[in-house]
Amino acid sequence: MRQELLKVIEKNSRIDLKELAVILGVQEAEVVEELAALESEGIICGYHTLINWEKTSEEKVTALIEVRVTPQRGQGFDSIAERIYNYPEVRSVYLISGGYDLMVILEGKSLREVSAFVSDKLSTLETVLSTATHFILKKYKDHGTVISSKKQDEREMITP
Amino acid sequence: MRNPLADKVVGIKPSGIRKFFDIASEMKDAISLGVGEPDFDTPWHIRDEGIYSLEQGRTIYTSNAGLKELRQEISNYIHRKQGVWYDPGKEVLVTVGGSEAIDIGIRAMINPGEEVLIPQPSFVSYEPCAVLAGAVPVVINLKEENQFRLTAEELEEAITDRTKLLVLPFPNNPTGAIMEKADLEAIAEVIVKHDIFVMSDEIYSELTYTDKHVSIIEIPGMRERTILINGFSKAYAMTGWRLGYACGPAEIIEQMTKIHQFAIMCAPSTSQYAAIEALKNGDEDVVEMRTAYNQRRRYLLNAFQEMGLSCFEPYGAFYMFPCIKEFGMSSDDFATRFLREEKVAVVPGNAFGDCGEGYLRISYAYSLDHLKIAMGRMKKFITRLRTEN
Repeated sequence: MRQELLKVIEKNSRIDLKELAVILGVQEAEVVEELAALESEGIICGYHTLINWEKTSEEKVTALIEVRVTPQRGQGFDSIAERIYNYPEVRSVYLISGGYDLMVILEGKSLREVSAFVSDKLSTLETVLSTATHFILKKYKDHGTVISSKKQDEREMITP
Repeated sequence: MRNPLADKVVGIKPSGIRKFFDIASEMKDAISLGVGEPDFDTPWHIRDEGIYSLEQGRTIYTSNAGLKELRQEISNYIHRKQGVWYDPGKEVLVTVGGSEAIDIGIRAMINPGEEVLIPQPSFVSYEPCAVLAGAVPVVINLKEENQFRLTAEELEEAITDRTKLLVLPFPNNPTGAIMEKADLEAIAEVIVKHDIFVMSDEIYSELTYTDKHVSIIEIPGMRERTILINGFSKAYAMTGWRLGYACGPAEIIEQMTKIHQFAIMCAPSTSQYAAIEALKNGDEDVVEMRTAYNQRRRYLLNAFQEMGLSCFEPYGAFYMFPCIKEFGMSSDDFATRFLREEKVAVVPGNAFGDCGEGYLRISYAYSLDHLKIAMGRMKKFITRLRTEN
């Protein structure tokens, strides 16, 4: 049940418990128990909402920043990653294989705000060797969901 | 002017679905539970192979029986799933949907006047195809008390000296019934005893919600007297690609290929290239879709229970077949009123044979959200009917 439960709520975390139990073919109490277990094991880390901010009046800018750093003796990349992810404007930090080390996803109100973060806070960290900032122009698909358009059901009303 | 038409064709009554389709399509704001095709798009990697084949200019006829590589993959697939081996060179034919295989299979096997047994409720094509082939269709009325499975007694009773072929439509459209191993063993005995043949239409084989789909070809003695029909429409959500296949003894496939060669040439090449990809790398997609269907199946079964609507539990395809006899109205009347008053289109059970009277076919090839809205309306409707009575 665990894998199937995770797949269902990964797509729809708002599904009600009773319905979840019905579609998985188990008792509601079992679902409650399993969810609690998944939360305490740190497998479920949160229940978020996917928002298309472009359609709101709120101004937001998202940037992907490639960061090259010098790993620190005994700590590798962890401590520098922590210094970066502690900033609340940082949405995500990933350790990456390839030409650079950390991928930082940053959200700010304006280009200026993002630039200021990179030049004042990120670049000045002593272990940071270089940064390359890419601004996101449009989101087509996020978290497995196509953002731009909703597909119509084009099937006939009735087919054999 | 002379009558330009053939009596045999004129005599075939139009599909009961057609009539209902006309009413439903006039209603712009109606929602539907009436489709017989998946709501998923064909998985992208399969579509991509189709596109790639077009880019490569592979737009020519394939061999009549279908691309060699595809026939090999079909053979592998059946061996993987059913443990039965077919020679891709002589025992596999790629067709334009399962529908073509039904048509040419009956034509290849039937002499005028021979009887074809057709269990109903079932898909709408078998009877007209049999008639067009000059066969005499003999209907076996399946019963809800047997979970709409075919029993050995029912089969035995329907067989005469003229019986040649049994159509075996499981997992079943419209009832969702399946045949388990013991059921198949029981009818196999009768089939061998009377020396008749089987056309097993297993187009919904991947949509089985018990442990595993069992095919009649797995029962000893049945492979050599069975034409197995399957295809890509339901398992891989590829209805519009029109691709199916038949597997069977070489002598039957040879004659089917002859008809196919003259009437069709070959199945669409783009679809064949895509289908190779489906069989090679599509197993996970099938599991994912089946899991989603199964969730909806459980949802509907529970919704019907809560409404107090009688419905046996189907273990196959993507249909529910609830009984509406308690309301004392015909399937047609129920479906028409449901459409007019609550704007939900369902298919009357009798569209799939007279014995489907008193039932509805409800498809769950829809998202859970869609099903929820439809069940809300259904509950409202039957509550109203119950207070009327």
